Amino acid sequence: MGRYIVKRIIYMLLTLFIITTITFFLMHSIPGDPLAHMAKNLPEQVKANYYKKYGLDQPVIVQYGKFLKNVFTEGNLGESLRYPGRSVTETVLNNSKVSGRVGVQAISLGIVIGITLGIIAALFRNKWPDYLVMFIAILGVTVPSFIIASLLQYTFTVKFQLLPTTGWGDMKHTILPTIALAFSPIATYARYMRSNVLEVINQDYILTAQAKGVGTFSLITKHILRNAILPVITILGPQIAGIFTGSFVIERIFGIPGLGSYYITSINDRDYTMIIGTTVFYAAIFVVAQLVTDILYGIVDPRIRVSNDNE
Amino acid sequence: MEKILEVKDLNISFHTYAGEVKAVRGVSFDLHRGESLAIVGESGCGKTVTAKSIMRLLKEPPAEIKPGSQIIFDGKEDIVKMNRKRLKSFRGADVSMIFQDPMTSLNPTMTVGKQIMETLQIHKGMNKIEAKKEAIELLKIVNIPNPEVRINNYPHQLSGGMRQRVMIAMAISCNPKILIADEPTTALDVTIQAQIMDLLNELKDKFNTAIILITHDLGVVANFADKVQVMYAGEIIERGTREEIFYKSMHPYTWALLNSVPRLDTESKQELYSLGGTPPDLILPLKGCAFSSRCEYAMEICLERKPETTQLSPTHSLCCWLQHPDAPKVNRSEVVRGEING
Repeated sequence: MGRYIVKRIIYMLLTLFIITTITFFLMHSIPGDPLAHMAKNLPEQVKANYYKKYGLDQPVIVQYGKFLKNVFTEGNLGESLRYPGRSVTETVLNNSKVSGRVGVQAISLGIVIGITLGIIAALFRNKWPDYLVMFIAILGVTVPSFIIASLLQYTFTVKFQLLPTTGWGDMKHTILPTIALAFSPIATYARYMRSNVLEVINQDYILTAQAKGVGTFSLITKHILRNAILPVITILGPQIAGIFTGSFVIERIFGIPGLGSYYITSINDRDYTMIIGTTVFYAAIFVVAQLVTDILYGIVDPRIRVSNDNE
Repeated sequence: MEKILEVKDLNISFHTYAGEVKAVRGVSFDLHRGESLAIVGESGCGKTVTAKSIMRLLKEPPAEIKPGSQIIFDGKEDIVKMNRKRLKSFRGADVSMIFQDPMTSLNPTMTVGKQIMETLQIHKGMNKIEAKKEAIELLKIVNIPNPEVRINNYPHQLSGGMRQRVMIAMAISCNPKILIADEPTTALDVTIQAQIMDLLNELKDKFNTAIILITHDLGVVANFADKVQVMYAGEIIERGTREEIFYKSMHPYTWALLNSVPRLDTESKQELYSLGGTPPDLILPLKGCAFSSRCEYAMEICLERKPETTQLSPTHSLCCWLQHPDAPKVNRSEVVRGEING
């Protein structure tokens, strides 16, 4: 197991390196540059000095070499080009904490409710609870989160005035964004879980368990759940990555100082260092999440367990 | 001997989109304590449905046990009328079942030990430590080497034969009065088949458990069953002791089954016997004898009227018009090739 993880980490670092490289060259191929908006009215000499200061006058390949040297010798991603003095690493880490809080809450809510609804739907297949759950699931997948967010805001802040509309600070600020963000995961998990449970219910070992006299509750918790949850773990990986990077739309609507907006603004601004920072962060979380998912597989299903002690 | 199970006029239908499939039609039989009974027939003849109904494991709906059907357990309780709570305590304790495919009938995410312990904890109220000790004992009884180690194995770490032994250990854990084995050896290779059948035989004598063996292979029956029932299209068409079925059977379908068992003495180039045609569609109403469309000896009456039961000895009976005094005589020895050596 230890060897497996070390191997995986080496691959992960390699993946990150490749992603970074591709991103670097891609972003330099977009027309325009981070200084264009301010430099266009400046005298030629001043402009040239600016470009020289940030090293933007050199060929891309040289800039790439410098960038790598910076990362490996100083271990940081530099300053934002658009907002001088703001460290990219710090911005990403601080803002991701905010996004992460809402994200963790939303995913947890999504898993618990989604899986429960999915099981209920499967057990009451083609009866009203099933239809109700599938109706909710279709709403969750098809209705965009900003509409759900607006509806929540209208209901709980305008109509009943129970929660704040926007802002950040207390637990109460996180409730509405959490629900709005959880809607889509609830729908996804419910659908996956429903079809998995239906498949597992028809397996021979469920019949064996029934023939042993196992009651309905233990049948679900001990025999069905663990076998049905595996495909859900598969889709969990990419969703974990989304937790810390936040959602552009939801964070805008609720005025949350998360990381989500940086993904869009940094590209619009051609803020090269910030683009690299946010991309590498997302990629890193993603590959770590994949590793966690793979380890979780082994815990849930002994058949996929990676081990040297097999025999 | 005491009757442990009395099945009386069992009728089971499945409600499908195509119509009502009458899978089991008027089956009656008795099972005595410590006796082994084989139910033989081809796929779809209703033998598994009959077996599952004894544990009420059929999904109702679509299955329906028709009113009037009775399955009396131990002379007092009607299994058909049991409520959910009683069924829970009944399954696994009074009657238990072994399934066809040991590859799929164990939970892949649970150690085999836990799966055996589960039964003990439910029915005997044991705690974990007691149950574990007992589970190791059970694995010893079914001849699994290193039970202390194997108990922590997952099903995928065991071979097919071992898994079937685990299934048997699970099934006998609460000393059931009846053990139903639904094609327990079909998914195993022939040498393992013999081992499993020997084990079942040994356990039958040791614990005085009655065994119902469901199979399509008369070869498996030859060494095992006290009594044999041949099922066709949801009905029992011939029944008798093992000797009666193997050496004195009179129903053309039983003959066909006997002839399709491969023998050691057949010449290597000789084609194996197979019965032509298919069983009747159980959705349509049956007129006459269900086997008539495939029967070499079918007469006009076979297509018109259902044959009555003919009693050849206290234990041997069959439903066939050939038994009628006016029917032409068929010489059994000319039809059935050789004998199966039990």
